[in-house]
Amino acid sequence: MPVFIPSSLTDATRLLSNNPSAHLVTGGTDLMVEVNFNHRHPETVISLRKIPEFQHWNIDNKSGVVHIGSSVPYATMEHGELAQALPALAEAARTVGSPQIRAAGSLGGNLGTCSPAGDSLPVLSALNAIVHLHSETTSRSVPFAEFMVGPKRNSRLPNEIISGVTIPLTNGWQGYAKVGVRNAMVISVASVCLAIHDGNVRVALGSVGPTIIRGSESEAWINSVGLENVTPSVAQEFGERVRAESRPIDDHRSTAEYRRHAVGVLATRLLLRGVQR
Amino acid sequence: MSELEHYTLTINGEDRHVSDAWIGESLLYVLRERLGLPGSKGACEQGECGSCTVYVDNAAVCSCLIMAATAVGTQIATVEGLNQDGSLTDVQQAFVSEGAVQCGFCTPGLVMAVHHLLDHNETPNEQEIKEALSGNICRCTGYGRIFAAVDSVISIRKSTAS
Repeated sequence: MPVFIPSSLTDATRLLSNNPSAHLVTGGTDLMVEVNFNHRHPETVISLRKIPEFQHWNIDNKSGVVHIGSSVPYATMEHGELAQALPALAEAARTVGSPQIRAAGSLGGNLGTCSPAGDSLPVLSALNAIVHLHSETTSRSVPFAEFMVGPKRNSRLPNEIISGVTIPLTNGWQGYAKVGVRNAMVISVASVCLAIHDGNVRVALGSVGPTIIRGSESEAWINSVGLENVTPSVAQEFGERVRAESRPIDDHRSTAEYRRHAVGVLATRLLLRGVQR
Repeated sequence: MSELEHYTLTINGEDRHVSDAWIGESLLYVLRERLGLPGSKGACEQGECGSCTVYVDNAAVCSCLIMAATAVGTQIATVEGLNQDGSLTDVQQAFVSEGAVQCGFCTPGLVMAVHHLLDHNETPNEQEIKEALSGNICRCTGYGRIFAAVDSVISIRKSTAS
Protein backbone atom coordinates (compact mmCIF):
# COMPACT_ATOMS: atom_id res chain seq x y z
CA MET A 1 0.00 0.00 0.00
CA PRO A 2 1.76 3.17 -1.08
CA VAL A 3 -0.30 5.65 0.95
CA PHE A 4 -0.23 5.43 4.73
CA ILE A 5 -2.27 7.54 7.14
CA PRO A 6 -0.94 6.48 10.57
CA SER A 7 -2.83 7.65 13.63
CA SER A 8 0.11 7.61 16.07
CA LEU A 9 3.73 8.78 16.05
CA THR A 10 4.85 5.22 16.87
CA ASP A 11 3.10 3.88 13.77
CA ALA A 12 4.44 6.75 11.66
CA THR A 13 8.10 6.23 12.64
CA ARG A 14 7.80 2.47 12.12
CA LEU A 15 6.28 2.99 8.67
CA LEU A 16 9.12 5.39 7.80
CA SER A 17 11.75 2.84 8.92
CA ASN A 18 10.12 0.22 6.72
CA ASN A 19 9.68 2.65 3.79
CA PRO A 20 12.79 4.87 3.87
CA SER A 21 12.02 6.53 0.52
CA ALA A 22 8.49 7.58 1.56
CA HIS A 23 7.46 11.23 1.26
CA LEU A 24 6.20 12.74 4.50
CA VAL A 25 3.27 15.08 3.99
CA THR A 26 1.02 17.16 6.25
CA GLY A 27 -0.99 19.83 4.39
CA GLY A 28 0.58 18.96 1.05
CA THR A 29 0.74 22.56 -0.17
CA ASP A 30 4.45 22.30 -1.07
CA LEU A 31 4.65 18.70 -2.22
CA MET A 32 1.56 18.84 -4.45
CA VAL A 33 2.84 21.80 -6.45
CA GLU A 34 5.89 19.72 -7.34
CA VAL A 35 3.76 16.66 -8.08
CA ASN A 36 1.27 18.62 -10.22
CA PHE A 37 4.12 19.99 -12.32
CA ASN A 38 5.80 16.57 -12.66
CA HIS A 39 8.86 17.59 -10.69
CA ARG A 40 8.26 14.76 -8.25
CA HIS A 41 6.70 11.35 -8.70
CA PRO A 42 6.07 9.92 -5.23
CA GLU A 43 5.88 6.14 -4.94
CA THR A 44 5.10 6.01 -1.24
CA VAL A 45 3.54 8.67 0.96
CA ILE A 46 3.07 8.89 4.71
CA SER A 47 0.41 11.44 5.62
CA LEU A 48 0.90 12.87 9.10
CA ARG A 49 -2.50 14.55 9.35
CA LYS A 50 -4.15 12.04 11.71
CA ILE A 51 -1.53 11.97 14.48
CA PRO A 52 -3.29 13.64 17.44
CA GLU A 53 -0.23 15.27 19.06
CA PHE A 54 0.76 16.82 15.72
CA GLN A 55 -2.49 18.83 15.76
CA HIS A 56 -2.08 19.93 19.34
CA TRP A 57 -0.70 23.23 20.65
CA ASN A 58 -0.43 24.66 24.14
CA ILE A 59 0.90 27.69 25.96
CA ASP A 60 2.77 26.82 29.13
CA ASN A 61 3.14 30.12 30.97
CA LYS A 62 4.79 28.45 33.96
CA SER A 63 7.69 27.14 31.89
CA GLY A 64 7.49 30.15 29.56
CA VAL A 65 7.17 28.12 26.37
CA VAL A 66 4.68 27.43 23.62
CA HIS A 67 4.48 24.03 22.00
CA ILE A 68 3.07 23.77 18.48
CA GLY A 69 2.57 20.40 16.77
CA SER A 70 3.76 19.86 13.21
CA SER A 71 0.31 19.80 11.60
CA VAL A 72 -1.29 22.81 13.33
CA PRO A 73 -2.38 25.00 10.40
CA TYR A 74 -1.20 28.61 10.02
CA ALA A 75 -4.85 29.70 10.32
CA THR A 76 -4.73 28.68 14.01
CA MET A 77 -1.69 30.92 14.63
CA GLU A 78 -3.23 34.04 13.06
CA HIS A 79 -5.74 34.86 15.79
CA GLY A 80 -6.57 34.13 19.41
CA GLU A 81 -4.34 32.88 22.19
CA LEU A 82 -1.45 31.73 20.01
CA ALA A 83 -1.35 35.11 18.26
CA GLN A 84 -1.30 36.88 21.63
CA ALA A 85 1.54 34.74 22.92
CA LEU A 86 3.56 34.88 19.69
CA PRO A 87 2.65 38.04 17.74
CA ALA A 88 5.58 37.69 15.32
CA LEU A 89 4.50 34.17 14.43
CA ALA A 90 0.93 35.42 13.89
CA GLU A 91 2.21 38.15 11.57
CA ALA A 92 4.32 35.66 9.63
CA ALA A 93 1.44 33.16 9.44
CA ARG A 94 -0.82 35.86 8.02
CA THR A 95 1.58 36.43 5.10
CA VAL A 96 1.58 32.76 4.04
CA GLY A 97 -0.20 32.26 0.70
CA SER A 98 -3.98 32.66 0.89
CA PRO A 99 -6.63 31.66 3.45
CA GLN A 100 -6.92 28.33 1.60
CA ILE A 101 -3.17 27.70 1.96
CA ARG A 102 -3.16 28.80 5.61
CA ALA A 103 -5.94 26.31 6.37
CA ALA A 104 -3.67 23.47 5.21
CA GLY A 105 -0.03 24.57 5.61
CA SER A 106 1.85 24.10 8.88
CA LEU A 107 5.20 24.54 10.64
CA GLY A 108 6.06 20.87 10.07
CA GLY A 109 5.91 21.42 6.33
CA ASN A 110 7.82 24.71 6.44
CA LEU A 111 10.57 23.00 8.50
CA GLY A 112 10.57 19.88 6.34
CA THR A 113 10.94 21.88 3.13
CA CYS A 114 13.34 24.34 4.80
CA SER A 115 13.30 26.92 2.03
CA PRO A 116 15.19 30.14 2.90
CA ALA A 117 11.90 31.84 1.92
CA GLY A 118 9.84 29.80 4.42
CA ASP A 119 7.73 32.48 6.11
CA SER A 120 7.75 31.00 9.62
CA LEU A 121 11.48 30.24 9.71
CA PRO A 122 12.86 33.71 10.61
CA VAL A 123 10.42 33.70 13.53
CA LEU A 124 11.57 30.27 14.72
CA SER A 125 15.16 31.50 14.43
CA ALA A 126 14.69 34.81 16.29
CA LEU A 127 12.66 33.11 19.04
CA ASN A 128 15.28 30.36 19.53
CA ALA A 129 12.78 27.61 18.75
CA ILE A 130 13.60 23.96 19.38
CA VAL A 131 12.64 21.37 16.74
CA HIS A 132 11.55 17.92 17.95
CA LEU A 133 12.57 14.90 15.87
CA HIS A 134 11.64 11.26 16.35
CA SER A 135 12.71 8.00 14.75
CA GLU A 136 11.44 4.51 15.59
CA THR A 137 14.03 4.25 18.38
CA THR A 138 15.26 7.77 19.17
CA SER A 139 13.96 11.22 20.09
CA ARG A 140 15.99 14.42 20.00
CA SER A 141 15.44 18.15 20.19
CA VAL A 142 17.52 20.45 18.00
CA PRO A 143 17.81 24.25 18.19
CA PHE A 144 16.56 25.84 14.95
CA ALA A 145 20.05 27.24 14.27
CA GLU A 146 21.40 23.69 14.06
CA PHE A 147 18.35 22.36 12.24
CA MET A 148 18.54 24.39 9.03
CA VAL A 149 21.87 23.73 7.33
CA GLY A 150 21.35 24.98 3.76
CA PRO A 151 18.78 25.93 1.16
CA LYS A 152 16.11 23.22 1.42
CA ARG A 153 18.49 21.21 3.59
CA ASN A 154 18.07 20.37 7.26
CA SER A 155 19.60 18.04 9.80
CA ARG A 156 16.57 15.74 9.94
CA LEU A 157 17.79 12.17 9.40
CA PRO A 158 15.97 10.11 6.75
CA ASN A 159 14.29 7.99 9.41
CA GLU A 160 13.12 10.95 11.52
CA ILE A 161 9.80 12.77 11.65
CA ILE A 162 9.34 16.36 12.89
CA SER A 163 6.67 16.23 15.60
CA GLY A 164 6.59 19.93 16.46
CA VAL A 165 8.46 22.88 17.92
CA THR A 166 8.89 24.42 21.34
CA ILE A 167 9.10 28.22 21.27
CA PRO A 168 10.28 30.14 24.36
CA LEU A 169 8.06 33.14 25.14
CA THR A 170 9.72 36.56 25.10
CA ASN A 171 9.01 39.35 27.59
CA GLY A 172 9.45 42.21 25.08
CA TRP A 173 8.09 43.29 21.71
CA GLN A 174 8.27 40.98 18.71
CA GLY A 175 7.35 41.55 15.09
CA TYR A 176 7.75 40.29 11.55
CA ALA A 177 7.88 42.05 8.20
CA LYS A 178 8.15 40.76 4.67
CA VAL A 179 8.63 42.18 1.19
CA GLY A 180 7.21 40.47 -1.89
CA VAL A 181 6.34 41.52 -5.41
CA ARG A 182 2.75 42.27 -4.37
CA ASN A 183 0.79 42.39 -1.15
CA ALA A 184 -1.09 39.08 -1.11
CA MET A 185 -0.12 35.55 -2.09
CA VAL A 186 3.61 36.04 -2.41
CA ILE A 187 6.76 34.17 -1.72
CA SER A 188 9.05 36.49 0.20
CA VAL A 189 11.84 38.48 -1.44
CA ALA A 190 13.18 39.47 1.98
CA SER A 191 11.80 39.04 5.48
CA VAL A 192 12.86 39.94 9.01
CA CYS A 193 11.78 38.88 12.49
CA LEU A 194 12.86 41.05 15.41
CA ALA A 195 12.25 40.06 19.01
CA ILE A 196 13.17 41.72 22.29
CA HIS A 197 13.77 39.62 25.39
CA ASP A 198 15.19 40.89 28.70
CA GLY A 199 15.98 44.16 26.92
CA ASN A 200 18.08 42.40 24.27
CA VAL A 201 17.33 42.48 20.55
CA ARG A 202 17.37 39.40 18.35
CA VAL A 203 17.03 39.64 14.60
CA ALA A 204 16.65 36.89 11.97
CA LEU A 205 16.63 37.33 8.19
CA GLY A 206 14.75 35.29 5.57
CA SER A 207 15.29 34.93 1.80
CA VAL A 208 18.66 36.72 1.92
CA GLY A 209 21.01 33.76 2.29
CA PRO A 210 21.31 29.98 1.99
CA THR A 211 19.76 29.60 5.43
CA ILE A 212 17.86 31.91 7.77
CA ILE A 213 20.59 34.30 9.01
CA ARG A 214 20.78 35.48 12.61
CA GLY A 215 22.20 39.02 12.56
CA SER A 216 24.54 38.28 15.49
CA GLU A 217 26.86 41.24 14.92
CA SER A 218 23.95 43.66 14.50
CA GLU A 219 22.40 42.22 17.67
CA ALA A 220 25.64 42.70 19.63
CA TRP A 221 25.98 46.26 18.35
CA ILE A 222 22.43 47.38 19.16
CA ASN A 223 22.57 45.71 22.57
CA SER A 224 25.78 47.59 23.38
CA VAL A 225 24.10 50.84 22.29
CA GLY A 226 21.09 50.00 24.48
CA LEU A 227 17.41 50.02 23.52
CA GLU A 228 16.78 53.22 25.53
CA ASN A 229 19.19 55.05 23.19
CA VAL A 230 17.49 54.04 19.92
CA THR A 231 16.86 57.10 17.75
CA PRO A 232 15.89 57.09 14.07
CA SER A 233 19.57 57.45 13.14
CA VAL A 234 20.57 54.56 15.42
CA ALA A 235 17.81 52.45 13.82
CA GLN A 236 19.18 53.47 10.42
CA GLU A 237 22.65 52.26 11.34
CA PHE A 238 21.15 49.03 12.72
CA GLY A 239 19.50 48.50 9.33
CA GLU A 240 22.81 49.09 7.57
CA ARG A 241 24.54 46.57 9.82
CA VAL A 242 21.78 44.01 9.18
CA ARG A 243 22.11 44.68 5.46
CA ALA A 244 25.86 43.95 5.72
CA GLU A 245 25.17 40.61 7.39
CA SER A 246 22.80 39.44 4.64
CA ARG A 247 24.15 37.18 1.89
CA PRO A 248 21.52 37.29 -0.86
CA ILE A 249 21.73 36.07 -4.44
CA ASP A 250 20.12 37.17 -7.73
CA ASP A 251 17.29 34.86 -8.77
CA HIS A 252 13.97 34.88 -10.65
CA ARG A 253 12.27 36.64 -7.74
CA SER A 254 14.62 39.56 -7.12
CA THR A 255 18.18 40.84 -7.29
CA ALA A 256 20.72 40.51 -4.52
CA GLU A 257 21.09 44.30 -4.38
CA TYR A 258 17.36 44.87 -3.87
CA ARG A 259 17.22 42.15 -1.21
CA ARG A 260 20.13 43.75 0.69
CA HIS A 261 18.33 47.09 0.56
CA ALA A 262 14.95 45.64 1.58
CA VAL A 263 16.27 43.62 4.52
CA GLY A 264 17.98 46.74 5.93
CA VAL A 265 14.82 48.84 5.61
CA LEU A 266 12.72 46.13 7.29
CA ALA A 267 15.18 45.82 10.19
CA THR A 268 15.18 49.59 10.74
CA ARG A 269 11.38 49.69 10.71
CA LEU A 270 10.98 46.77 13.08
CA LEU A 271 13.47 48.20 15.56
CA LEU A 272 11.61 51.53 15.58
CA ARG A 273 8.28 49.74 16.02
CA GLY A 274 9.78 47.74 18.89
CA VAL A 275 11.02 50.75 20.84
CA GLN A 276 8.11 53.10 20.00
CA ARG A 277 5.45 50.75 21.26
CA MET B 1 5.41 2.45 -12.32
CA SER B 2 3.92 2.79 -8.87
CA GLU B 3 1.13 0.61 -7.60
CA LEU B 4 -2.41 1.74 -8.26
CA GLU B 5 -4.61 2.74 -5.38
CA HIS B 6 -8.17 1.91 -4.47
CA TYR B 7 -9.82 4.03 -1.83
CA THR B 8 -13.09 5.61 -0.77
CA LEU B 9 -13.71 9.33 -0.28
CA THR B 10 -16.70 10.89 1.45
CA ILE B 11 -17.93 13.65 -0.82
CA ASN B 12 -21.04 15.71 -0.11
CA GLY B 13 -22.05 13.09 2.44
CA GLU B 14 -21.77 10.19 0.01
CA ASP B 15 -19.09 7.46 -0.15
CA ARG B 16 -17.44 7.46 -3.55
CA HIS B 17 -15.06 4.69 -4.57
CA VAL B 18 -11.93 5.52 -6.52
CA SER B 19 -10.15 2.65 -8.24
CA ASP B 20 -6.88 2.24 -10.14
CA ALA B 21 -5.68 5.72 -9.21
CA TRP B 22 -2.07 6.91 -9.04
CA ILE B 23 -1.21 8.21 -5.56
CA GLY B 24 0.04 11.55 -6.84
CA GLU B 25 -3.40 12.53 -8.16
CA SER B 26 -4.77 15.68 -6.58
CA LEU B 27 -8.24 15.78 -5.07
CA LEU B 28 -9.15 18.23 -7.86
CA TYR B 29 -8.16 15.71 -10.53
CA VAL B 30 -10.04 12.87 -8.82
CA LEU B 31 -13.19 15.00 -8.40
CA ARG B 32 -13.23 16.14 -12.01
CA GLU B 33 -11.78 13.24 -13.97
CA ARG B 34 -12.73 10.19 -11.92
CA LEU B 35 -15.90 11.11 -10.03
CA GLY B 36 -17.76 13.29 -12.52
CA LEU B 37 -17.78 16.40 -10.32
CA PRO B 38 -16.45 19.14 -12.63
CA GLY B 39 -17.74 22.08 -10.56
CA SER B 40 -14.34 22.68 -8.97
CA LYS B 41 -12.14 24.28 -11.62
CA GLY B 42 -8.47 23.72 -12.34
CA ALA B 43 -6.44 26.74 -13.40
CA CYS B 44 -3.09 27.27 -11.71
CA GLU B 45 -2.61 23.86 -10.01
CA GLN B 46 -0.36 25.56 -7.47
CA GLY B 47 -2.78 27.02 -4.94
CA GLU B 48 -2.69 30.59 -6.20
CA CYS B 49 -6.07 31.05 -7.90
CA GLY B 50 -8.62 29.42 -5.57
CA SER B 51 -10.86 28.21 -8.42
CA CYS B 52 -10.62 24.64 -7.02
CA THR B 53 -11.75 25.58 -3.48
CA VAL B 54 -13.52 22.79 -1.58
CA TYR B 55 -14.09 22.12 2.12
CA VAL B 56 -12.18 19.33 3.84
CA ASP B 57 -13.47 18.80 7.37
CA ASN B 58 -15.05 22.28 7.16
CA ALA B 59 -11.81 24.06 6.20
CA ALA B 60 -11.79 25.84 2.83
CA VAL B 61 -8.74 24.53 0.99
CA CYS B 62 -7.37 24.23 -2.54
CA SER B 63 -8.29 20.77 -3.84
CA CYS B 64 -5.36 20.94 -6.29
CA LEU B 65 -2.97 20.81 -3.32
CA ILE B 66 -4.60 17.88 -1.51
CA MET B 67 -3.30 14.46 -2.39
CA ALA B 68 -6.63 12.67 -2.89
CA ALA B 69 -5.49 9.37 -1.41
CA THR B 70 -4.59 11.12 1.87
CA ALA B 71 -8.12 12.55 2.22
CA VAL B 72 -9.63 9.17 3.11
CA GLY B 73 -11.77 9.54 6.23
CA THR B 74 -12.36 13.28 5.83
CA GLN B 75 -15.64 15.01 5.02
CA ILE B 76 -15.24 16.66 1.60
CA ALA B 77 -17.77 19.20 0.34
CA THR B 78 -17.76 20.55 -3.21
CA VAL B 79 -19.73 23.28 -4.94
CA GLU B 80 -22.09 20.59 -6.28
CA GLY B 81 -23.09 19.81 -2.69
CA LEU B 82 -24.12 23.34 -1.69
CA ASN B 83 -27.69 22.75 -2.81
CA GLN B 84 -28.21 19.15 -3.71
CA ASP B 85 -31.61 19.79 -5.33
CA GLY B 86 -29.94 21.81 -8.07
CA SER B 87 -31.41 25.18 -7.10
CA LEU B 88 -29.16 28.19 -6.49
CA THR B 89 -27.97 29.12 -3.01
CA ASP B 90 -28.43 32.72 -1.90
CA VAL B 91 -24.77 33.39 -2.66
CA GLN B 92 -25.05 31.94 -6.15
CA GLN B 93 -28.27 33.93 -6.76
CA ALA B 94 -26.56 37.12 -5.61
CA PHE B 95 -23.64 36.49 -8.01
CA VAL B 96 -26.20 36.25 -10.84
CA SER B 97 -28.29 39.25 -9.72
CA GLU B 98 -25.30 41.52 -9.11
CA GLY B 99 -23.48 40.60 -12.32
CA ALA B 100 -20.55 39.07 -10.42
CA VAL B 101 -20.08 36.43 -13.11
CA GLN B 102 -18.37 37.10 -16.41
CA CYS B 103 -16.40 34.16 -17.80
CA GLY B 104 -17.49 32.17 -14.73
CA PHE B 105 -14.31 30.17 -14.29
CA CYS B 106 -13.52 31.58 -10.82
CA THR B 107 -17.17 31.55 -9.72
CA PRO B 108 -17.40 28.10 -8.06
CA GLY B 109 -14.31 28.79 -5.96
CA LEU B 110 -15.53 32.26 -5.03
CA VAL B 111 -18.98 30.93 -4.13
CA MET B 112 -17.33 28.37 -1.83
CA ALA B 113 -15.13 31.06 -0.26
CA VAL B 114 -18.09 33.40 0.31
CA HIS B 115 -20.24 30.66 1.89
CA HIS B 116 -17.31 29.73 4.13
CA LEU B 117 -16.83 33.34 5.20
CA LEU B 118 -20.52 33.94 5.95
CA ASP B 119 -20.85 30.60 7.78
CA HIS B 120 -18.17 31.80 10.21
CA ASN B 121 -18.87 35.53 10.29
CA GLU B 122 -22.40 36.79 9.61
CA THR B 123 -21.42 40.45 9.45
CA PRO B 124 -17.91 40.75 8.03
CA ASN B 125 -16.54 44.24 7.38
CA GLU B 126 -14.97 45.26 4.07
CA GLN B 127 -11.48 44.32 5.23
CA GLU B 128 -12.61 40.88 6.39
CA ILE B 129 -14.41 40.25 3.09
CA LYS B 130 -11.32 41.22 1.07
CA GLU B 131 -9.13 39.09 3.30
CA ALA B 132 -11.45 36.08 3.02
CA LEU B 133 -11.54 36.33 -0.79
CA SER B 134 -7.82 37.11 -1.19
CA GLY B 135 -7.13 33.53 -2.22
CA ASN B 136 -9.54 33.65 -5.18
CA ILE B 137 -8.43 35.34 -8.36
CA CYS B 138 -10.93 36.77 -10.87
CA ARG B 139 -9.49 38.15 -14.09
CA CYS B 140 -12.75 39.59 -15.49
CA THR B 141 -14.74 41.57 -12.97
CA GLY B 142 -12.23 43.68 -11.10
CA TYR B 143 -13.97 42.32 -7.97
CA GLY B 144 -16.40 45.25 -7.57
CA ARG B 145 -19.44 43.19 -8.61
CA ILE B 146 -18.25 40.28 -6.44
CA PHE B 147 -18.07 42.50 -3.34
CA ALA B 148 -21.52 43.87 -4.26
CA ALA B 149 -22.83 40.29 -4.35
CA VAL B 150 -21.39 39.57 -0.90
CA ASP B 151 -22.90 42.78 0.50
CA SER B 152 -26.25 41.85 -1.00
CA VAL B 153 -26.24 38.39 0.64
CA ILE B 154 -25.35 39.96 3.99
CA SER B 155 -28.21 42.45 3.84
CA ILE B 156 -30.75 39.94 2.51
CA ARG B 157 -29.83 37.47 5.28
CA LYS B 158 -30.06 40.27 7.84
CA SER B 159 -33.52 41.38 6.69
CA THR B 160 -34.85 37.79 6.58
CA ALA B 161 -33.48 37.09 10.05
CA SER B 162 -35.11 40.12 11.65
